[in-house]
Amino acid sequence: MPGKVVTITSGKGGVGKTTATANIGVALASTGARVVCLDADIGLRNLDVVMGLENRIVYDLVDVVEGRCKLRQALIKDKRLPELHLIPAAQTRDKTAVSPKDMVRLADEMRPEFDWILIDSPAGIERGFRNAVAPADMVLIVTNPEVSAVRDADRIIGLVEAEEKGPAKLILNRVKPEMVRRGDMLATADVLEVLAIELIGVVPEDDTVLVASNHGSPAALDGKSRAGRAFRDIARRLNGETVPFEDVEGGDGLFGRLARMVRSGGQA
Amino acid sequence: MAGPLPIKGVRDGLLVTLPGGAWHDVRATLLATIDARADFFRGARLALQMEDRALGAAELGSLRDQLAERDASLWAVLSSLPSTRAAAADLGLQISLTTPRASEEDDEAQPEAEEELPQAVFLQRTLRSGQSVRHPGHVVVLGDVNPGAEIVAGGHVLVWGRLRGVVHAGAAGDASATIAALDLAPTQLRIAGQIAVSPQRRGAVRPEVALIRDGQLVAEPWEGDARR
Repeated sequence: MPGKVVTITSGKGGVGKTTATANIGVALASTGARVVCLDADIGLRNLDVVMGLENRIVYDLVDVVEGRCKLRQALIKDKRLPELHLIPAAQTRDKTAVSPKDMVRLADEMRPEFDWILIDSPAGIERGFRNAVAPADMVLIVTNPEVSAVRDADRIIGLVEAEEKGPAKLILNRVKPEMVRRGDMLATADVLEVLAIELIGVVPEDDTVLVASNHGSPAALDGKSRAGRAFRDIARRLNGETVPFEDVEGGDGLFGRLARMVRSGGQA
Repeated sequence: MAGPLPIKGVRDGLLVTLPGGAWHDVRATLLATIDARADFFRGARLALQMEDRALGAAELGSLRDQLAERDASLWAVLSSLPSTRAAAADLGLQISLTTPRASEEDDEAQPEAEEELPQAVFLQRTLRSGQSVRHPGHVVVLGDVNPGAEIVAGGHVLVWGRLRGVVHAGAAGDASATIAALDLAPTQLRIAGQIAVSPQRRGAVRPEVALIRDGQLVAEPWEGDARR
């Protein structure tokens, strides 16, 4: 069966696209699937850092597209999971070095070799975004429970629909249960009310994610942390399993909901 | 040049009736009208009712270019004069509306714009941030209008869902236009030349309609007989 191309995007920067890509890649590869993570953020690469593979880079995405090396030469094998691979972005070029057509061609070349091709999209709605979405079979939108991130996610969902890559699925990242309970943060239900797309994961804010990223070993590697488990659940849902959502917000009782209503003045 | 130009929404665009007088002045009035409502005319298809004005292909061509600079396209020229019609046809413009009734008989062109907005568009989807709908007639949305989305309509706007974006009804100046929604919580509302932001909601969500009453843009509970 040819591999599936999944693009992870968000519109707004800093919501956790790269972390999500690395962790979902790790989670899928740890079930034995053949996975490649492709960093489409040319000029601001960091998927390699989060995956701890920076020091192995010889060739990058632009080298492949411009024919300076074979695809196989640019693939970096993960040191922990034999089925996990990375194609890094170029650091010294910019988004215009690659076209949407190049990306489609590259993805088609990889489909027979892998089960999953995960593309880490750059922030924004310009060329880099269009490059990342062009070859996608499925688009995952990452957002945080903040009004500005949700607004950008809404915009991106519209653009993904316009590219006929929809319906996109939603990852709600960095949810702080405490704040939701106090009514200081949008709850999952509030975000879904605006975005009205299928939810595929809710990831709690978790310090271990940051620490793990800094060490180049994604949290989903051991699956002990709450966030690591959440990313593993996303991977299982991608594989078609029905996995119940963990109650990240922790007993959203009547009191919490009342507090939220009062604070937001009824507006989401 | 007294008063605004009569503008009607027709099936395929906007029909503007030009007054008599020197062409130079009439053209200036038309362009000034468009500049003053740039938002409304952006992307519009225009049909111009010329009556018996004599215009050559050069004049029509330069008008078309000036309209194009304003993001409006000249689509049809209606005239009772064969020479003007021939010039328009030479430029590839239409010389009649697809709805024959509007051009032939209504030559006296009563500016009773409101009942002449025949067509409503119906959208069954969520309008998302960055998406925009412009229509000379009415707009009906079965779905939500999210923050960052906008609707600009010549007539009424009806949202069967949550309205959280920006809506401009009666954008060509019709102050009798209304905006109704099951949950009226817009970023901003405009009817004709009036602008309002929605106040903090108190109490439960209920259907509301916004309209101009005594010169003020107000929102009231939607009782189903909004066209008072």
